[in-house]
Amino acid sequence: MLNPGVESGAPRTSRRTVPVQQFLGLAGILGFLLTWELVPRAGIIEARFLPPASDVLGALLRASGLTAFWVSVGETMLAWFLGLLIAVIAAVVLGFLIGSSAFLAKATSSTVEFLRPIPSVALIPLAVLMFGVKIESSLMLIIYASFWQVFIQVLYGVADIDMVANNTAKSYGLGRMARIRYVVFPTALPYLMTGVRLAAAVALILAITAELIIGSPGLGREIALAQSGGAISGMYALVLATGLIGVLINVLMRFIERKALSWHSSVRSEVIV
Amino acid sequence: MPVRESSANEAQPMLSVRGLKKVYKTDGGEVEAVRNLTFDLRPGELACLVGPSGSGKTTLLKCISGLMAPTEGEVLLDGTRVVGPPKKMAVVFQEYGRSLFPWMRVRENVELPLKNQGMPKAERGRLVDEALEAVGLAHVPRSYPWQLSGGMQQRVAIARAVAYQPEVLLMDEPFAAVDAQTRADLEDLIRTVWKRLGVTVLFVTHDIDESVYLGERVIILSSSPTVIQEDITIDLPADRDQLNTRALPRFTELRHHVYEQIQLAKKGQRPAAAGTR
Amino acid sequence: MTWLKSLAYLVGLPLLLVLIWWGLTLGRPNFFFPAPGLLMETFGEVWFGERIITDVLPSLGRLFAGVAAAIAIGVMAGLLIGSVRWLRSLLEPTLEFFRAVPPPVLVPVLMLLMGINDSMKVAVIISGCIWPVLLNTIEGVRAVDGVLSDSARTYGVAGWARVRYLVLPSASPQIMAGVRQCLSIGLILMVISEMFASSSGLGFTIVQFQRSFAIPEMWSGIIVLGLIGVAMSFIFQWTERRVLRWYHGQKEVENAG
Repeated sequence: MLNPGVESGAPRTSRRTVPVQQFLGLAGILGFLLTWELVPRAGIIEARFLPPASDVLGALLRASGLTAFWVSVGETMLAWFLGLLIAVIAAVVLGFLIGSSAFLAKATSSTVEFLRPIPSVALIPLAVLMFGVKIESSLMLIIYASFWQVFIQVLYGVADIDMVANNTAKSYGLGRMARIRYVVFPTALPYLMTGVRLAAAVALILAITAELIIGSPGLGREIALAQSGGAISGMYALVLATGLIGVLINVLMRFIERKALSWHSSVRSEVIV
Repeated sequence: MPVRESSANEAQPMLSVRGLKKVYKTDGGEVEAVRNLTFDLRPGELACLVGPSGSGKTTLLKCISGLMAPTEGEVLLDGTRVVGPPKKMAVVFQEYGRSLFPWMRVRENVELPLKNQGMPKAERGRLVDEALEAVGLAHVPRSYPWQLSGGMQQRVAIARAVAYQPEVLLMDEPFAAVDAQTRADLEDLIRTVWKRLGVTVLFVTHDIDESVYLGERVIILSSSPTVIQEDITIDLPADRDQLNTRALPRFTELRHHVYEQIQLAKKGQRPAAAGTR
Repeated sequence: MTWLKSLAYLVGLPLLLVLIWWGLTLGRPNFFFPAPGLLMETFGEVWFGERIITDVLPSLGRLFAGVAAAIAIGVMAGLLIGSVRWLRSLLEPTLEFFRAVPPPVLVPVLMLLMGINDSMKVAVIISGCIWPVLLNTIEGVRAVDGVLSDSARTYGVAGWARVRYLVLPSASPQIMAGVRQCLSIGLILMVISEMFASSSGLGFTIVQFQRSFAIPEMWSGIIVLGLIGVAMSFIFQWTERRVLRWYHGQKEVENAG
């Protein structure tokens, strides 16, 4: 006879638990929006500095009907995607190379530890100098920041490879390619996915930053223009849009991570040990 | 350590479980884990609780220790109703790795409940030293729990309970996750500590041999919804040791009887009325 | 001789890179990349002087204030929200949304709301840094081990004692991970707020150099930022190793088994 929760002493689960939590979450969002609506209307903060939620949401709705808005979104996404792609490829290649060789790992360690904490925003002046307001400026920042996220994770992943499994595979005559496929890759994949997920968030931040500060094409530039041009509701609407994009990217990345790892765990059962 | 003086009223049980009932509400409906449990423990008694898997042993322990509220019935500790974890009770859990604080050293772990009560440092130190001594861990006060073996970690948990000077000690299958040799040592340790402190012990286990070896009394639970299957007095000599006691014919008889009862319990056969033999 | 070997590994590649750099800039002066010698000279001129007091220290001060406030508020709010189940359910989606907003966009927003002054810059840092600390604390509080929590309850460890002896240490690995993210975001925001909306500070100084095409000076500024980043990382790792010594030890034992 089943005694749910007996062994772990878990609190009794009520039939309505999960929907209640989701309901509360929704209530929280609504409550926030309500507060945002009332604070400027009540004059706690001047409406010209913080327009009520309804104004901003209206502006967002209007913007979503304009081609120019979607062009900006596209520009930001293009920089994000390209930068992320280049960074991931470079990080995977260099990460595997360096991670698999003890000599290379030790030789590059001090350089990596020095370069890694350098904030990519430090490169802004250089980017402006070299590329001006073109997309390359954004790419420079994005690639630099995202690279490290993935690179470090790949290093962890390569380091985690079970030496016993690798040696066993070698002794069974598995060539380099086969070993990479059956031992190295399955072990490193979860780490890689974590790195890509982190890099995706970082890439968005740097894309917006470059657009905001340097003025390369994209949402960030529109925000700066809106602010200096006095289109305040529009500015907040664009800020909301970037937040929504951020949420979408998080959701997308987690989805991809889950898919990649479910495939990975079914492949893992084939690992020869 | 001096033997604890029993409470003034000799006739009043130390631990009293009355009509305990626990029903869980789950997505699949209501599940009656425990139907009706009623028993008393005399002060200074060492009673073992055995039952088939899923007989609500852990539920019962959680209700007695005040971690969970029963659906019906009550638990009385020295005459006072248990509504939350009572002060005079200490619990030793099965998962020793998860019941000790990994960020504290052994000594700090044992000391924590006393420190929390505001006991002055000198007295705390004395109790902690004595407790560690009693469980044989005087040499590792500065280690972290995760640096120790499973058996040693459980000793730390026992030391913590001992230093706390409880009147009732609850043990929830404490030796289930430990190897057989260590288990034998720990069983003897419990009997030694119990005799020295005069504490009332309720020992939950699924190991039949262990329950007969340790207890003055074995309470056998039925399968779920749980009631008491049978309540047996263990009339083995008070001085027990692993080698000789387990070889006694009486040990084998009792063990055999408990085993039978548990088999019946597993099949779902329940007693007409609980009784002592 | 092993210390010599370690030293070789430590400075080998950097030295090689500097040599290559020096070789490439020999002869033809490059507009974008000054020669190492010139750079070192400029570095000394630019930064070891008044500028430390007028720009560097105030910038660092704002960074420190912002990060400290973000950590304090984040941990305290996180402890509260994480412990009260309905509160967590209520707030979590909204907080996750705030975390997803790229911190730099808050610069124009806060500029609008607060004007251009020191408190605005500190507010920018707090507004970006608080989320990783807050959300990680909430997660850490939520994930306290059930058996450990029961043990603490049976021994009467409740209220503030419970937070101090159980919840906070248990959540500390998560919290430290949040603090690490907080530090890097803080540095980024400090620089951005000064590049975008300021007339003093490190970020502003570097941008000025770039605008007036004072290239070696600009590079020296980049290096200063890099050094600050490295120093912060160093301090964090040192602190983390000490605070989480028990955690690393436990992980090691678990992995070995």
